[in-house]
Amino acid sequence: MREPASAAAEPLLAVAGLQAWYGESHILHGVDFDVRQGEVVTLLGRNGAGKTTTLKAIMGIVAKRKGSAKIAGGETIGLSSDRIARLGVAICPEERGVFASLNVRENLMLPPKIAREGGLTLERIFTLFPNLAERLNSGGGKLSGGEQQMLAIARILRTGARFLMLDEPTEGLAPVIIQQIGRTIAELKREGFTILLVEQNFRFASTVADRYFVMEHGRVIDAFADSQLSANMEKLHEYLGV
Amino acid sequence: MFLGHAITAQQLYGQLLVGLINGSFYALLSLGLAVIFGMLNIVNFAHGALYMVGAFVAYFLLHGLGLNYWWALIGSPLIVGALGALIERTLLYRLRGLDPLYGLLLTFGLALVIQRLFQNYFGASGLPYDIPPGLSGPPRNLGFMYLPNYRAWVIVFSAAVCFSTWFLIEKTKLGAYLRAATENPTLVRAFGVNVPRMITLTYGFGVALAALAGVLAAPINQVRPGMGADIIAVVFAVVVIGGMGSILGSIVTGFVLGMVEGLTKVFYPEASNTVIFVIMAIVLLIKPAGLFGRVA
Repeated sequence: MREPASAAAEPLLAVAGLQAWYGESHILHGVDFDVRQGEVVTLLGRNGAGKTTTLKAIMGIVAKRKGSAKIAGGETIGLSSDRIARLGVAICPEERGVFASLNVRENLMLPPKIAREGGLTLERIFTLFPNLAERLNSGGGKLSGGEQQMLAIARILRTGARFLMLDEPTEGLAPVIIQQIGRTIAELKREGFTILLVEQNFRFASTVADRYFVMEHGRVIDAFADSQLSANMEKLHEYLGV
Repeated sequence: MFLGHAITAQQLYGQLLVGLINGSFYALLSLGLAVIFGMLNIVNFAHGALYMVGAFVAYFLLHGLGLNYWWALIGSPLIVGALGALIERTLLYRLRGLDPLYGLLLTFGLALVIQRLFQNYFGASGLPYDIPPGLSGPPRNLGFMYLPNYRAWVIVFSAAVCFSTWFLIEKTKLGAYLRAATENPTLVRAFGVNVPRMITLTYGFGVALAALAGVLAAPINQVRPGMGADIIAVVFAVVVIGGMGSILGSIVTGFVLGMVEGLTKVFYPEASNTVIFVIMAIVLLIKPAGLFGRVA
């Protein structure tokens, strides 16, 4: 992936007028936002707002999409998902997608290296997620929710992808594991990874995010930086119905 | 009622041998079907026809190019596998994501076209294919029975191929890709893997196994256009009994049902043609997913 010369450099991800369909359902009606290199950006919104669909549309795994989604300046609408992945993008889906017919080691080693450097070593991954090292030979279907989440994150860290999309990584997890995931994201950010996060739990998101985009009915309706978070708290409560 | 006459040991072992031979073919063919169904969600009705083509390719290699049986063992699966990849890439890929019924209809049509084409040119009677010189000669005397060399070879080689395929799928990294893409092809593709190419190669591999069975069958059953249609009904029954989801299940079920068929021929010959279908009916009533199948 290209190194940015300065903060004014082109964003790593630039989404404009993005529309997406699942079959006949028109889910995204024109999404606009951007993510700069090295940032952590969070998409907030209620259930059904279109946050997951946005990640899937960027990854190229929705039925149909229109509009623009540029990665490192290159248009990706029209590319197949494997070609988008090879640009250095990886997704950790909401359902985690741990393969039950593979054991933990096979799951971890499955995504191919898409860049020669930039990926974490196995040693580093086991330092971040020590539980995985103990469960290498367990079947993928036998893991707890927390272990599955860690595996789903760990396996995309090996590949060399520097733009990660994480869909609700803390959903349904115990506070101790949520903290571990928060620490991991903070470490990845320090190492220069760019992360697009979907989170319902905005308290968790606020520990790592630089910017927020609020979605509703398949559109982005508001945006603010982390420094403006407390000022916008009341608006946020309204948006999220919390 | 069953034992109206004394069964000699010779008869028993003789039929068990035939049962193991048939079981070898059932195992190889249902293995290919299971692999294809897992990845493509298509019931490959063309499997029997491609088994037949495999035998014919062996015949052409011998009489057209002077390449003997050992060349055919490698050459025929490669050629028919390539043909399979072509079929997938041009025809089957259009059906991806659709109701499995379309795949069934398309491959059924293919089977009819292929079989009638060969029948047109070669007639219904068989073409001879000799047992290769290395494996012919007098059968070995094991004491309790005579074991023809070629038949022993078929059983051992089939078992080795089945086991190697199982090992490849369950224990290697390549197999991990296959299993993952069978479970969630969208996610595997989102990791940067060319899943469409994997699907094409998997179909090619499945039919290559069928062609290999055809080459093995040629010296025993001779090379006839109808040989695929004769065997495919039983193979489907085997697959239903074993359950489409399990690689090991199809192999074990194939061998075991072959032996069951052989034993039935000894003790109750009238039922030998139908015993496998009777078992299929019973399994469908008790465990519809198949003996080794996973309930989806």
